[in-house]
Amino acid sequence: MSEKKAMRLELLSLTKAYPGCIANDAVSLQVAPGEIHALLGENGAGKSTLMKMIYGVVKPDAGQMTWNDREVSISGPAHARQLGMGMVFQHFSLFETLTVTENIALYLTPAEYGTLDRLRERIIAVGDEYGLAINPDRLVHSLSVGEQQRVEIIRCLLQDIQLLILDEPTAVLTPPEVAQLIAVLKKLAQKGCSILFISHKLHEVNALCDKATILRGGKVTGTCIPSETSPSQMARLMLGDELELQDSMPAGSAGECLLALDKIEVKPRDAFAIHLQDIQLQLHAGEILGLAGVAGNGQDELVDLINGELTSDSGSLHFHGKDIGHTGVQQRRRMGLGVVPADRIGRGALGNMSLTENNLLTSYINQTGKFGWLNWPTIKARATEIISHYKVKANGAEASAKSLSGGNLQKFIIGREILQNPKVLVCFHPTWGVDVGAANLIHQELIKLRDKGTAILVISEDLDELYLLADRLGALCGGRLSPLAAKSAVPLAQLGQWMTGNFGSNAAVEVAHAH
Amino acid sequence: MRIEKRLHDSQLMVYLSPLLALLLTLISGALLFALLGRPPLGSLYTFFIAPISDLYGLSELAVKVTPLLLCAIGLTLCFKAKIWNIGAEGQFVFGALIGGAVTLQLAESEGFWVLPAIIASGALAGMAWAGIAALLLTRFNANEILTTIMLNYIAVNLLLWAVHGPLKDPDGLNFPESALFASQTLLPVLFEDYRVSIAIFIALFMLVVIWVVLTRTLLGFQLRVMGENHNAARFAGFKGKTLIWLLLCFSGAMAGVAAISETNGPVGQLIPTLSLGYGYAAIIVVFMGRMHPLGILLASCLLGLTYLGGEMAQIDQGLPKSITGLFQGMLLFYLLACDLLISYRLVPKSRLAKAAVSAQ
Amino acid sequence: MDISMIENILFAMVRTGTPLLLVALGAMMSERSGVLNLGQEGMILVGAACGFIAAYASGNLGLGVVAAVAAGAAVSLIFAFIALTLISNQVATGLALTIFGTGLSAFLGAGYVGQTVTGFNTVAIPYLSDIPLIGTALFAQDLLVYLSFILFAAVFVVMRYTRLGLIIRAVGENPEVAHALGYKVLLVRYCAVMFGGAMAGLAGAYLSLAYTPMWSEGIAAGRGWIALALVVFASWRTERILLGAWLFGFASILHLLLQGYGYEISPNLLAMLPYVVTIIVLVMMMYRQKNQGLFAPRSLGQPYHPLK
Repeated sequence: MSEKKAMRLELLSLTKAYPGCIANDAVSLQVAPGEIHALLGENGAGKSTLMKMIYGVVKPDAGQMTWNDREVSISGPAHARQLGMGMVFQHFSLFETLTVTENIALYLTPAEYGTLDRLRERIIAVGDEYGLAINPDRLVHSLSVGEQQRVEIIRCLLQDIQLLILDEPTAVLTPPEVAQLIAVLKKLAQKGCSILFISHKLHEVNALCDKATILRGGKVTGTCIPSETSPSQMARLMLGDELELQDSMPAGSAGECLLALDKIEVKPRDAFAIHLQDIQLQLHAGEILGLAGVAGNGQDELVDLINGELTSDSGSLHFHGKDIGHTGVQQRRRMGLGVVPADRIGRGALGNMSLTENNLLTSYINQTGKFGWLNWPTIKARATEIISHYKVKANGAEASAKSLSGGNLQKFIIGREILQNPKVLVCFHPTWGVDVGAANLIHQELIKLRDKGTAILVISEDLDELYLLADRLGALCGGRLSPLAAKSAVPLAQLGQWMTGNFGSNAAVEVAHAH
Repeated sequence: MRIEKRLHDSQLMVYLSPLLALLLTLISGALLFALLGRPPLGSLYTFFIAPISDLYGLSELAVKVTPLLLCAIGLTLCFKAKIWNIGAEGQFVFGALIGGAVTLQLAESEGFWVLPAIIASGALAGMAWAGIAALLLTRFNANEILTTIMLNYIAVNLLLWAVHGPLKDPDGLNFPESALFASQTLLPVLFEDYRVSIAIFIALFMLVVIWVVLTRTLLGFQLRVMGENHNAARFAGFKGKTLIWLLLCFSGAMAGVAAISETNGPVGQLIPTLSLGYGYAAIIVVFMGRMHPLGILLASCLLGLTYLGGEMAQIDQGLPKSITGLFQGMLLFYLLACDLLISYRLVPKSRLAKAAVSAQ
Repeated sequence: MDISMIENILFAMVRTGTPLLLVALGAMMSERSGVLNLGQEGMILVGAACGFIAAYASGNLGLGVVAAVAAGAAVSLIFAFIALTLISNQVATGLALTIFGTGLSAFLGAGYVGQTVTGFNTVAIPYLSDIPLIGTALFAQDLLVYLSFILFAAVFVVMRYTRLGLIIRAVGENPEVAHALGYKVLLVRYCAVMFGGAMAGLAGAYLSLAYTPMWSEGIAAGRGWIALALVVFASWRTERILLGAWLFGFASILHLLLQGYGYEISPNLLAMLPYVVTIIVLVMMMYRQKNQGLFAPRSLGQPYHPLK
C-alpha cells in the first residue's frame, strides 16, 4: 500500500481566456518527481498557453497551481526559475548577437554564477557530463538550431532544476539528434528531475514518456500511460472521433520536367545566409518532391531563388524549358509559378489587410486592368470563392488576415495559389502551426492539384507530412542537396542520415540525377 | 489600468483620435495662455477663430493650405509606403531656388508658356533633390530619414548662398534678397485684393489624383503593401527600388510646386526665410489626416490655421510667433498618444479581476 | 602650417565635437536598448534654452547646467511615455519631439535673444596641457568638455564590462525574450531614453553656456541629426563614437584650416560641409552594413507590447 505520492507540480482547473477564444479551459495536470510527463495535443490545442502560465509569462484567469504540494502563484519567469523550473522554448529565447556564456549569464542571477569565467568552465563541464558539448564563446547566431537548443538545455541544467519543461523540442532536430535528446532526458529523470514534454508527435511520446495528459480545444480529454495505451486510442483523444488521420495517399505519376535546377550556386548575401552549392533538382508534372531538413540549411535561399528574389551566381534555372535565371518574380508568376512561403503573416499575407486585398497579393498578374486599374468587386468575388471552397472560417472577404487562425489563413493562402492553376507550386512548411483539420484539407488539395498535372515541391520539417505526400524525397543540409529518390527507397533512417549531411547511400537507393 | 490589445482595430477611433488630439491641444493651449497671464478662451479665439472670421482671412487660410497640401500629398504616398521622407523642407527650398532663378531669367519674357515653365522647373528641381535621397537609399542602403534631413540643411545653405551672392538683387540695397519677380511670372490670383492663387486648384486636382491612385490602382496597392511589410512586397514581385524612386521623386516634385506657389505667389521673391517649416508641418498634416486624402485636406486647414493664429497672437497679444511650433508639436504628440486607442483598449484592473472570477 | 596651427585646429576639433559626443552617447544608449529617438534636436534646444535662462536669471552657470540636464530629461520623458507605454510609432514620435522642442525652446527663449552670460572658461590642467600637439586639445578645455570625457569613459565601461550593459544589449536585441527571462524591458528603456535626454540637455547647455554663451533659435544647427548619423557611423560602438565626434567636429571647423591657407569661400557654402560629410559617411557605413550583416540592435524602432 503506497501513501499518496508527493507531486512535483499540480495544476488545478487552470483557465485562460483571450478576446475571442478560451485558450485553456479548467485544465488539471499532475507531474510526480522524476516522472517524464507528456502534454500531448495538436496545434491550437492550448499547450503553449498552458506552458506560459506554468512558467509565469502569462497569468491565469482562474485556477491554482501547487509546487511540491504547496500552493504557489508564479509572479514571473524569474520566480519560476527560483522555484526550480527550467524551460526550453519552442522559439528559442536566446539573444543571437551575444555569446553562449553571456546568454546563460542573463538567464541566471549574478549570485548564481559568480564570474563569467567561472560560468564558462561550468558550461563546459555540464556539457561534457550530458554529452551536450558546446563552445561557450561562440555567438548564438552562428550555432546550428540543434546547438542552440543545447544552450537552452545547458542553462537549465546549471540551476538547481527540479522540473524541466520542453516545448516541441524535436520539431527542429534531425532523427539522430532526437535520439540524443531522449537519452539526455532519461538521464535527467533518473536523477530525480521531473520532465514535462510538450509535443504532438505520438511516436516520440511513446518512446520517452511515463505518463501523458492530452489536450484538445483547450480542455483535457484524457490522461494515460503511453506504454499501456494503443496509438489509435491516443490519437482519438488528441483528434476527436470525427477526424480520420490519413496515413497514406495515392501515388502520383511523373510527366515532363517543368522545373530544373542545374548546378545552382548561390553565395551568401549576408552574415546570416547559407551558401547554396551544387543544387541539382528536377521537378516533373504530376509529382510531389519532398525536401526534408532542419531550418537554416538553405531552404529559405532555395525558395527565394525559385521565387525570383535571389539570382544564382552560377548554374541555370529552367522553367518548362525556358531559362528564367534573370526573369523577375512577376514574370515567373505569369509563366505559372506559385509559391506558398513559410511566413504566413509578413510574407504570404499582410495581417492588417483584408482577405480581398491579400488575394490580390499574388493574383494581381491576371486581375489588373489597363494602367493598373483594379476592379475590387471582381477581386472580392474571387476571395469569397476561396473562402467558401476551402472552408476558411472568416467574417467574410473583408475580414483582416490577422483575425484568422493560423490554419484558416494557411488554407486561404494555399487556396489562393491553387485557384490560379499554377504549373509549378512550391510549398514551404505548408502545415506548420496549423490545426489537424486544416492540415488534412491542405494535404488533400495538394494531392488533387498534383493529379491535375502540377509539379509540387514541398519543403518541410515535418517528416510525417513528407512521407504522406511525397513521391520522391531528399534533404537539404548545409546548403547542399542530398540524392533524390522514390519514397519507397528512402526509409526514415536514410532520410535522417541525409538530413545530417551524410549523402552516402546504400545500393538499393536509385539516384535520380539529370535524366 | 491595463493596456489590452483589441481583437480588431477600432475604425471609430481612427476618426475620433485626431479630434480627441485637437481637443486636448485646445485644452493645453488654454492652460498655457492662462499660465502666461492671458485670458484662456479669449486667446484661443484669437488663435483659432479670429484669423478666419472674415473673407480675407479665409483667403489667407487658402494661401497657407496650398503649400501644405501640396507637400502633404507627396508625403502621404511616401509615408504609406513607410518611406520616411523628412526632406520636404529641403525639396521645397531647392525647388524655390531653381524656380526663382528661372523666374529671374524670364523676367523679360512674355507668353503663356512662361508660368508652366517656371512651375515645371520648380517641380523638376524638387524632384532632383529628392532623387539624391532615392539614389542613396536604393544604391547604398542609406537611411532616408538622415539623408533627407541633411539635404534640408544643405538646401537652406544653398539658398542663403544664392541670395547673398549670385541671385542678390543688384538694386536691393545689399539685402540678402532677390529682385522682385516680374508680374507676369507670378501665379494669377483668383480674386482681386485676395492673395489666394490658382495653385490651390493644382493642389486639389493632385489630391483627387492620389485618391484614385491609392484606392483604385495597382500602384497604390503596391505602395500600401510595401508600407505594411517590404518582405511581402518583394515576395509578391513588387519592384521596391522602382517604387522608392517614383514616390520620392513625386513628393519632391510636389514640394517644388508648393515652393513655386509661395515664391511666385504671396512672397514674390527669393528671401532667406522662405519656408516657415512647411515641409515639417506637412508631416503633421499627413499624420493628422490619417494618410487619407480627405483627412489631409482637413488637416492642412487646421495646420494652416496654426500659422495664421500664431501671427494673430503676435499682433494681438504680443506672444512670440514660435507659439505656432508649440501648438503643432502638441497636436502631433496628442495624436500619437490617442492613436493607442485604435489598436488597444484601456481596461481598469478591477474589471479584469471580475472576468477572472466569472470564468471559474 | 606650423605646430601652433595644428594645436589650434585640434583644440577647436575637440571643442566642436563635444556636443556631438554627448548627444551621440545618449542616443547610442537609447538605441542599444531598442528605442529610436529622433527628437535629439528638440531636446538639445530645450536644454540650451532652459540652461541659458536659468544661468542668466540666477547668475550661476552650474545651476544652468543642472536646469538644462533636467529639461532634456523631462522632454525625453514625454517621448518615452508616448513611444513606450502608449506604443506609438517611434519615428513619428521622435519627429513630434523635435517639432515640439524647437517650438518650446523658441517660445521660452524669445525674451532672451541677444542677451549674453559669462560662459565657461577654459581650465588648463597643469603639466598635461603643456604636452606638444595634443596638450591644449585635451587638457586646456573647459569643465564641460572634461565632463564629456568622463561620461564617455563611464559609458564605455558600463556597456563593455558590466551586467547592466549586458542587460541593455539584451533588451535591445530581443525584448520579448528579455521579458520572458524576467527583465523589466520598459524600465530599462525608460532609463536609457532619459539618459539620452539628459545628455542632449547637457549638450544644449554646452552650446548656450560655453561654446557661444548666448541663446538663439538656430543654436543646434542640426547637431541632433548629425549625432544620430554618428551613432550609425560608429556601428553603435562606444569607442567609435569619440572618433566620429571628432571627425565631424573637424569637418565643422574646416573653414579655419582653409582660411589659414588663404582660401576665401562663401561662409554659406562652408556651412554645408558638416552635412555633406555626414551624408558621405552615412552612405559609406550603411553600404558596408548591407554587405556585412547588420550591427544595429535588432529591435531598434519596433513597437513593443509585453503580452501578459
